[in-house]
Amino acid sequence: MIERSHHDMGGLPAGKVKRTEHAYDDWELRVDAMMMLLVGVVGGSKRMTVDELRKNIESLPPADYDKMGYYDRWVISLTQTMIQRGVITTDELARKLAQVEKRGQTPFSRRQQTRGG
Amino acid sequence: MTVEKMGSVPLYRSGDRVRVRKAAPLGHVRTPFYIRGHAGVVERYCGAFPNPEELAQQRDGLPAQPLYRVRFRQKDVWPGYRGGAADVIEIEIFQHWIEA
Repeated sequence: MIERSHHDMGGLPAGKVKRTEHAYDDWELRVDAMMMLLVGVVGGSKRMTVDELRKNIESLPPADYDKMGYYDRWVISLTQTMIQRGVITTDELARKLAQVEKRGQTPFSRRQQTRGG
Repeated sequence: MTVEKMGSVPLYRSGDRVRVRKAAPLGHVRTPFYIRGHAGVVERYCGAFPNPEELAQQRDGLPAQPLYRVRFRQKDVWPGYRGGAADVIEIEIFQHWIEA
């Protein structure tokens, strides 16, 4: 029995909250935009619910959950949801990822790597 | 027909004393762990909404579930709470997570 899910950490000791704002990387803005399209907040075709996004975030392995940033979790989760919904297949995703990797560095990915935190 | 009209009947009203069910199911849950099992008072009825636990599993979440804002005393929720005795926390909780 799982008494308490990893993400459900309200009230646990956590240290100080960092109250600083930070600028978002381009890829994070794109993930946000993608999510708005997929849940139908903008555009005409609703492909998923925000509740599915949350479910798949909550299903991340705890160690990965802790390592990831906010939009890292989003992009993994919405991709997982698209597989579950049959919009894309695991195989298509694997092939696309390999293709992108082969493309190598772009100004876009370089900027992402310089980001701290 | 509105979502609310299709929904379950609201069983509680403002001022009713209620307790949050102490349960640990699988799936997606909107009731935080720390409030399960605690007693509070219904502050307001918020309307009925498709059940997020069902929406998370690709179902329509209907009938809509009544949602309440429930007020708890902080000192009841947190052991050794050092803030004011009148401090409260309000959490929105779906009806199926509530017992009288």
